[in-house]
Amino acid sequence: MSAGGAARGGGPGPGAAPMRLSPQPGEVIDRSAELSFRWNGRPYPAYQGDTIISALAAAGERVFSRSLKYHRPRGLLTACFHDPGCMVQVGDEPNVRGAHRLVSDGMTVSSQNTWPSLRLDAKGVNRLAGRFLTAGFYYKTFMRPRALWPAYEAVLRRFVNAGSVSPDTAPGRQEKRYAHPDVLVTGGGPAGMAAAVAAARAGASVLLVEEEHRLGGHLRWGGEADLAALGELAARVAAEPGIEVLTNAVTLGRYDGNWIAVLDRGAGDAGAAAERLVKARAKTLVVAPGLIERPYVFSGNDLPGVMLSTAVRRLISLYAVKPGERAVVLTANADGDAAVADLKRAGVEVAAVQDARLGGDVIAAHGRNGVRAVELADGTKISCDLLVTAAGWTAPTALLNAAGNRPVYCPRAARFLPDMASLPGDVLVTGGIAGDGGLAELTQHAAATGAEAARRAGRIRRARWLAGPAGTPRTAAAGHGAEPPPIPVPDLPVDPHPELFAARSNEGMVDFSEDVSATDLLSAVAEGYDSVELAKRYTTATMGPLQGKLETVNAVAIVAAATGRSIAETGTTTWRPPYAPVTLGALAGQAHEPVRYSPMQPWHEAHGAVPLLAGAWIRPDGYGDPAAEARNVRERVGIIDVTPIGKLDLRGPDVPRLLNLLYVNKWSKLGIGRVRYGVMCAEDGVVLDDGVTGRLGEEHYLMSTTSSGAATIWEWAENWLQTEHPDWRVHVTPVTTAYASMNVAGPRSRSLIERVTEGVDLSNEAFPYMHVRTGRIAGVDDCVLWRIGFTGELSYELHVPAGFGLHVWQTLLERGADLGAAPFGVEAQRILRLEKGHLIVGQDTDGLTKAFSAGLDWAIKLDKEDFAGQPELAWQLAGGVGERLVGVQPVDGSVLPAEASQIIDGGRIAGRITSSRMSPALGRSICLALVDARLAEPGTSLTIRLPSGQQVRALVTPHLAHVDPDGGRMRV
Amino acid sequence: MILLPCAWCGPRDAAEFHHVGEAVPRPDPRTATPAQWRAYLYLRANPCGWTVETWYHRMGCRRYVTIERHTETNEIRTATVAGAAGPAEAAG
Repeated sequence: MSAGGAARGGGPGPGAAPMRLSPQPGEVIDRSAELSFRWNGRPYPAYQGDTIISALAAAGERVFSRSLKYHRPRGLLTACFHDPGCMVQVGDEPNVRGAHRLVSDGMTVSSQNTWPSLRLDAKGVNRLAGRFLTAGFYYKTFMRPRALWPAYEAVLRRFVNAGSVSPDTAPGRQEKRYAHPDVLVTGGGPAGMAAAVAAARAGASVLLVEEEHRLGGHLRWGGEADLAALGELAARVAAEPGIEVLTNAVTLGRYDGNWIAVLDRGAGDAGAAAERLVKARAKTLVVAPGLIERPYVFSGNDLPGVMLSTAVRRLISLYAVKPGERAVVLTANADGDAAVADLKRAGVEVAAVQDARLGGDVIAAHGRNGVRAVELADGTKISCDLLVTAAGWTAPTALLNAAGNRPVYCPRAARFLPDMASLPGDVLVTGGIAGDGGLAELTQHAAATGAEAARRAGRIRRARWLAGPAGTPRTAAAGHGAEPPPIPVPDLPVDPHPELFAARSNEGMVDFSEDVSATDLLSAVAEGYDSVELAKRYTTATMGPLQGKLETVNAVAIVAAATGRSIAETGTTTWRPPYAPVTLGALAGQAHEPVRYSPMQPWHEAHGAVPLLAGAWIRPDGYGDPAAEARNVRERVGIIDVTPIGKLDLRGPDVPRLLNLLYVNKWSKLGIGRVRYGVMCAEDGVVLDDGVTGRLGEEHYLMSTTSSGAATIWEWAENWLQTEHPDWRVHVTPVTTAYASMNVAGPRSRSLIERVTEGVDLSNEAFPYMHVRTGRIAGVDDCVLWRIGFTGELSYELHVPAGFGLHVWQTLLERGADLGAAPFGVEAQRILRLEKGHLIVGQDTDGLTKAFSAGLDWAIKLDKEDFAGQPELAWQLAGGVGERLVGVQPVDGSVLPAEASQIIDGGRIAGRITSSRMSPALGRSICLALVDARLAEPGTSLTIRLPSGQQVRALVTPHLAHVDPDGGRMRV
Repeated sequence: MILLPCAWCGPRDAAEFHHVGEAVPRPDPRTATPAQWRAYLYLRANPCGWTVETWYHRMGCRRYVTIERHTETNEIRTATVAGAAGPAEAAG
């Protein structure tokens, strides 16, 4: 069998690979590993190393998808990741790039957007309906009548160019990785490899990122000399321990400070979809992506059988696949000439070569499901099944755009080049994107660039080392030698190249993914969208899955020609990250939601607690019957786990000044052992937090905050201390989780506490209401006892070292069994505190409720020297309070208005219910409400509108407290 | 993602910080007019250019850091521990 003499069996089909060539020198397939996979239900053979599409092409398949709008048959165009016609469904994974994804044994692959089948596509009628799908059809059609949009949408939905995902698919496990290379080289072609080696030899740690499965770039499909050079470069890369190579990984974007997002597609098993996001903080970035071959725009340029020169060279050299039988080649450069040689070597009959440098051109490809003939400029038609174009190159400048660089059009090279003068110092460019030249010139340029990147990385490393951390005297000399001088980087030559974008016919596809033709762009310009940015958005050219990689420059050239401007004047659209598609799973990564729970959580779980997710905490909402739990507190004794209460340990001589500043009330005269309730406001006078603070020693205080406010108030206190009063001597230490906290409440709570406490006189005289003591509880030292009463009952709040929390909890329940001690949860506590009229910040106040509105007049001391929010509160008092928090009881006590029910006055909303519960103590519904101040007088009759729309009457109560307004029960 | 030179910890990822905002001097609460106080509460210059702002190194040393940053280029000129006299305050 000759090199190109693959047996031509009975046509394409399962089991056979009629287009597979004899072994090629640079092939990446392993012929000893035969695989089998299914394509649209039928079995196909493949070798290890084959992509889905190379295996199908070897079997003689030429059509792999249907286009977005017109459902035109599409085949191979680029034979790489960015091939618009090769998106397929693999198992449950849609939109797989079939010319990149490797075949794995038993893989199930199907075509997308075809119905009923790839060969017989019913939606191909869109081609006949093309006049409805012209430029801007999104904005013109299906708009009227508006009411029909849902119907239009349902129909259009069937035409969407996407695969399907089963809702039953189990979520994958996604991980992220952080990397800190000195130098990140993106692009693993000869330039990238040479740059990486040079950087590593200069002492830098290097991350080398290559989008394809192997290093080497265009050397891989080159001749003997190229393959030898590749072997040598690869050996040098492998010999450098400082280089980490990521293949099948793509750089998605570059952000400030060279924060670089790399998508590692090879993180999972071969063929699997697992993607890993690598967040790399590189000191310098070397951009070496090479060049992307540009399609040529002519009538029929999207027919299966029209391929780029790099595509046929990849097929022949990497996968040993014969791309066709009889070819016409349009070449404008050396790579096109090399493709001609490769085709001949593969046994393809080359019917004609049109050399664009000598004025050659093609104007049309004819055929229905594939190329049958090519029409030349002079009208000659040549019959063939393959048309190869080598029309020029596009510089993938995405990362340069992201670094603020605006590439400039170079008519001589017929492509955009980086603006080398305006590159940031930590971004360097080498390889084909920077200029032309032979392999030696490119690798020399790359080696100099890599060494310079390493030098600059060293300079940045040194500057960061000198910058911190504070407290260590550092000098430039310490630990580092003298700074090496800059390494000169030679200029790369720029070779002349014909400016070849679109044939004279003004027909053909510009954007293969979005089905946007040259005609569409011309109509857009004719309709007035004559800036490239407007024409892009109007036609959606460059907005499909390829995001401009193939089509941007052609679109610019067509708009430029239509408007009579040059390409440089027309400019180009900006490439934005991500450079390549990324799954949401890779971006999201693993869920790392912290959950906090108290040391008593195992007991709660074992005793049927209903869990409540409160911020970061899980805590018991109740143990089955909150009303009974509440009654037990009123009648006997209950115990609640309040560990999430925020706790800040404050020490220092200036603590009273800090408390005076944070709270609206006065703190200067708080004696040792005393406790005070305090309210904090933000600087706009809005209630921020509340809680009690006790004085444990001469310069030692313990502050409690709301459970949700613990982190905020710590930050708030630090803010005042660090920015406004750095001279104050206060240490703030968060001790929320250092203590397990529990509240023992009810008329028998003292009896219970007496049984377990040592060293504290618990009599009402020695330890009265609003006092704090430290002592030994259940054998545990260093416990804090607070006599405070959120529930309105005699109660003791215990803070015990967290490790003994469960022990104390269990001891209290055991020793209090005969007293009726039982646990109660958050819901019972909410009932009890509502009966007592104690507000909850954030529930009974909102982001606009200033302290006077919350009924806290008694606490606010405007005559203090300074406190947060003081001026706003003074002005609130002077200007009228606006709204007021009041107690409310519906006249019919069996009606329970839902929280947030409106209060209506004169047909207008005049307030809302903020809290409501049925009261076990009163046997009726009770509420707190924020109402207009004019409705706040006790006895005022209110109208409450329930969510059902029904209106009920209610009365404002004399106090916020519905039970024991005088507080006698707390003080016994 | 910019790197912020924490005056205590050295250059750290911005994700470790809470961006408090432009550093606005607090008026004397005893003499401030409502207009002055509300300017302190709500009005920010938001310049395209150099600005002095406060960052809180929440996931690090928990210090407030005053940073002079160019909002267009993210260049950082000075970084000082908040409350300490330094070049940032002189510039502000």
